Amino acid sequence: MEMKSLYLWIALSPLIGAVIAGLFGKMVGRSGAHWVTIIGVAVSCLLSLYVFKAIVIDGADGFNGTVYTWLVSEGIHFEVGFLIDKLSVMMMVVVTFVSLMVHIYTVGYMRDDPGYQRFFSYISLFTFSMLILVMSNNFMQLFFGWEAVGLVSYLLIGFWYTRESAIYANLKAFLVNRVGDFGFLLGIAGVLMYFGTLDYATVFANVDKVDGKTMTILGSTPWSVLTVICILLFIGAMGKSAQVPLHVWLPDSMEGPTPISALIHAATMVTAGIFMVARMSPLFEMSETALSVVMVIGAITALFMGFLGLIQNDIKRVIAYSTLSQLGYMTVALGASAYAAGIFHLMTHAFFKALLFLGAGSVIIAMHHVQDIRQMGGLRKYMPITWITFLIGSLALIGTPGFAGFYSKDSIIEAVQLSTLPGHQFAYFAVLAGVLVTALYSFRLYFLVFHGKERMDEHTRAHLHETPWVVTLPLILLAIPSVFIGAYYVGSMAFGNFFGDAIFVLPQHNVLGELAREFHGAWPMAIHAFSTAPFWLALSGVVIAYYLYMVNTALPAKIQARVQFLYTLLDNKYYFDRFNEIFFAGGSRGIGRLLWQTGDAKLIDGMIINGTARTVGWVSGVVRRVQTGYLYHYAFAMILGLMFLLATYVLGWI
Amino acid sequence: MNFPLPNFLPALPEIFLLTMACVVLLVDLFLTDRSRGATYILAMASLLGVCVLIALSFSHSRILTFSDTFVRDPMADALKMGIMIAAMVSFLYAKDYLREHGMFKGEFYILGLFGVLGMMILVSAHNFLTVYLGLELLSLCMYAMVAMQRDSAIASEAAMKYFVLGAIASGMLLYGMSILYGVTGTLDLGLINERLPNVQDKILLSFGMVFLIVGIAFKLGAVPFHMWVPDVYEGAPTAVTLYLAAAPKLAAFAMLMRLLVDGMASLHGQWQDILILLAVASMAIGNIIAIAQANLKRLLAYSAISHVGYLLLGVLTGTTEGYAASMFYALTYVLMTLGAFGMIMLMSRQGFEADRLEDFKGLNERSPWFAFIMMILMFSMAGVPPFLGFWAKLSVLQALVQSTGLLWLAITAVVFSIIGAFYYLRVIKMMYFDKAEDSSALIASNDMRVVLSANGLLVLGLGLYPGLLLAFCLATIVSP
Amino acid sequence: MLENYLPVLIFICVGLLVGTVMIALGFVLAPHKPDSEKLSPYECGFEAFEDARMKFDVRYYLVAILFIIFDLEIAFLFPWAIVLKDIGLFGFLAMLVFLGILVVGFVYEWKKGALEWE
Repeated sequence: MEMKSLYLWIALSPLIGAVIAGLFGKMVGRSGAHWVTIIGVAVSCLLSLYVFKAIVIDGADGFNGTVYTWLVSEGIHFEVGFLIDKLSVMMMVVVTFVSLMVHIYTVGYMRDDPGYQRFFSYISLFTFSMLILVMSNNFMQLFFGWEAVGLVSYLLIGFWYTRESAIYANLKAFLVNRVGDFGFLLGIAGVLMYFGTLDYATVFANVDKVDGKTMTILGSTPWSVLTVICILLFIGAMGKSAQVPLHVWLPDSMEGPTPISALIHAATMVTAGIFMVARMSPLFEMSETALSVVMVIGAITALFMGFLGLIQNDIKRVIAYSTLSQLGYMTVALGASAYAAGIFHLMTHAFFKALLFLGAGSVIIAMHHVQDIRQMGGLRKYMPITWITFLIGSLALIGTPGFAGFYSKDSIIEAVQLSTLPGHQFAYFAVLAGVLVTALYSFRLYFLVFHGKERMDEHTRAHLHETPWVVTLPLILLAIPSVFIGAYYVGSMAFGNFFGDAIFVLPQHNVLGELAREFHGAWPMAIHAFSTAPFWLALSGVVIAYYLYMVNTALPAKIQARVQFLYTLLDNKYYFDRFNEIFFAGGSRGIGRLLWQTGDAKLIDGMIINGTARTVGWVSGVVRRVQTGYLYHYAFAMILGLMFLLATYVLGWI
Repeated sequence: MNFPLPNFLPALPEIFLLTMACVVLLVDLFLTDRSRGATYILAMASLLGVCVLIALSFSHSRILTFSDTFVRDPMADALKMGIMIAAMVSFLYAKDYLREHGMFKGEFYILGLFGVLGMMILVSAHNFLTVYLGLELLSLCMYAMVAMQRDSAIASEAAMKYFVLGAIASGMLLYGMSILYGVTGTLDLGLINERLPNVQDKILLSFGMVFLIVGIAFKLGAVPFHMWVPDVYEGAPTAVTLYLAAAPKLAAFAMLMRLLVDGMASLHGQWQDILILLAVASMAIGNIIAIAQANLKRLLAYSAISHVGYLLLGVLTGTTEGYAASMFYALTYVLMTLGAFGMIMLMSRQGFEADRLEDFKGLNERSPWFAFIMMILMFSMAGVPPFLGFWAKLSVLQALVQSTGLLWLAITAVVFSIIGAFYYLRVIKMMYFDKAEDSSALIASNDMRVVLSANGLLVLGLGLYPGLLLAFCLATIVSP
Repeated sequence: MLENYLPVLIFICVGLLVGTVMIALGFVLAPHKPDSEKLSPYECGFEAFEDARMKFDVRYYLVAILFIIFDLEIAFLFPWAIVLKDIGLFGFLAMLVFLGILVVGFVYEWKKGALEWE
């Protein structure tokens, strides 16, 4: 098969599954729906692996070309095209693999849900959108994929649309993403305005022509064009990848069917922003200001969202905040020009976070949809597979040397240390402190769920047992890469030349290159870790968690009472939601009401819309009477028309 | 005088069709009502045969024959192919409807075939006489077809109106032709075009031209010569409405091109003014009155009037791009109309016409797939991207914008298309958001289902590749 | 000049004479039993003098239309026959096609029963 059509199949096979399951759900039935979508995604996944092998292992050339020209306007091409290089092929594998796991897992998790086919259709559609996003070779298609994943996430969060909280959450996710997307769209518009094209390759080739140009936005202060474009694009990434202050939608998105959609949001969709910034590295490299902004925003997210994880009691929410914090890490890496490390962390994180989410889902199934960790405990004996895999996931997350998370996270921390951009000291502090916090909340969760007293009620306890194989199989399959994939790829991906030309780094920003000189293989790196601060921080996090939740279980409550104000601050999530509600939502509702009542209802609806419609309707009612149905009236009209034409034109031309 | 044998080859498709029509007529005479299906199959085979004949000898240049009264050029071939396909599709859609309504008679197909022959002659006309011959052959068949349901008062009334008004229009057309013959001394369109600049009597010339245009405008159904359209569309049996709403529009477009572009290109400045008036009036009246309609056939009639307005926009620019855009529009319109009437026929049963807007309420519950197809068609007619109708509108508007001084016309056209969107969207709203009054399942034969689905999807599919059809139209229009 | 018209004059005279003698003979010799039917100008068909908007059988039209078609055919045949030598094979074939189509129409109307009154 020709490579181009192969790529097309990768993208389209999930779409076909989604269409069949969505539009013909009743016809194909429940099992038909899951078979067709699973086969669709499996095909996509296998082909992605094949392409991965061809490009990464066999070193075949990538692909950059157009498959369909939608339209050409004023010389600007709007196209659907694929850019397949090492960066996108890696994303394709991650997306399709995680998605395949999700599909299989869903068979068990959603077994009794009436919206079974609909759900499969959505997650397949999501896979398609995400593939379109990562495989794109131009900004328009990127934006399409960007919006499509946003749409599917909206649909998934509101999947149980009869729940008021779900509707609230999906609206919130949509609105917050809209803020980001607006910035993103402005960024794309900026690219189009200054580069005159939407094609990646052309844009990147012409960066130096635009570098140094300035523009004025408000007043006469000159802004570097590239900085403005990069920051606008990054605002889009902030929305999708849930960076402060546009992170507020992510925890609420856990309203979707646990934890599958949560996984889609947390482990896959949110990486779109990270991927996008890495893809745009030739642009970001030219603007230190933008990089600095990226780094600081990421650092804030990494640390402060971790704190929030400490006090959550909902098993999904703890993992959701952990995701936020880890996204912060990736963003910091991008800001430090360690794009490869960011993507590397993205990949390892996708595996172990998927594992954690699915493990949490498994726990939730066993607990009969109780999600409060205060009512769990001691689950280790009842569900051994879930327990061991969850432990592996947690160890990977906190960066235990040798596990996947360790290699990626450690590369980020060291890269930040070497960065020279403004704000790097703060970022370094934040990521270091984050290690402690991560270990603390992860093991708080772990101990409360799997160890200690069994706090659930009798009825639940009596029915506790390990979940079916469709649930545990993905757990096991995900646990394997969570352990090994870091060690296997750290040499090539973080420190080697894995991504080749896909990622561009200026020599003076090349922190990973410096690190690479001290890198002597995965094993020495793990050994060396025992003498570094992150390891001891993580270890102390685990120890503190053990002490607080296993040994001296009364202490947390005492601490909480002592620093009540801090707890209140965290419990209210730094008052972001309240602020948004009062300031943005309230303010815009006020403006909206004003515009609605006077501007819209009276002026536009009353006069322009309804007025016009009423006038047209009235005219229509009157004019139709001309059509009397009498033959002689018709003939008369024709004669009149003829006379008019003769009178107007013939006389006019004389 | 000496009459050498003319070159018959260019007219082979017409000759074949004439022979086949006679054969069908004779065969049908000796068939019982039970084996009437054979007539249908023969008629379809004839049309298919013509299609194949044209496709095999698709012309790349302009050939004149029969003492220059008959022309064969790429545009003619393309339009004829369109006519064949439209006629075949309308025969196919009509089959079940005719059976259910006790009208499954050979005459429908015989008249239909002769009508198609008339259209082909009209498309290939290069002489006033051929124009008139084709036009009358077509019109007479259509009058008879409208009147076929003899016991229906409304159909007879429609036929009567159509016939009388058609006769008046024919008279005007003939009058215009005779004046032009008087001032130029020839009936040959090519010669007329050459001699027009030298004509001294400009007033007489203008008179002739106005009469001629009135004849064309009647055939197209442009305001104010549109009065027959709603009554005939509504009165005629839906199968006949489908037939006369689709293919003859292509023939009328050809007539417009032959008479105005081939015959009077040198008077472009004059006829442009008239066409502008007709176009604006058609868009306005068609779109506005359509809003007040409760009968879907009537609504589609007014929609047809407004579409003719847009069709004229391309031709009146007088540029090759404009002609191609209009041709694109005509083909698009035919495709959408076939689908829309096909939907009416799909939903109708014995004793139930399904031609009121209310009959489409809640279609989504009854058949989501066909509601989807209808939605495609309505969106396309309203000119919503990315459906084909949008690109058709866009291309005529583009042609307008590119020619000087017509920007205001493009803006007017857009305004009226927004008004027009209302009634198309209302159909969609009724299908998806209103409760069905009648929830019985749709009964239709498989061939109808398949072709109707293909028809709808084609509107979508070609919309995704709009360049294809437009480039084809552009290639077939030989620049004047 | 005028003498050329003498045969015409004689023809008129003879004509008048024969006509008058015939009618006179009939008047004198024939049995004479008049009734209203016999006295009307046309014994069959329409009344000569009455409201024009009366109902009459639609079959008249059918016959009239069919008649006209074949009548007009003759109108084409006469000039064609005159110039047949000049127009050659093409002219001959054209008329054959024309007549062929007419025959098809004729078969159609025959089979449909349009030629039978009842």
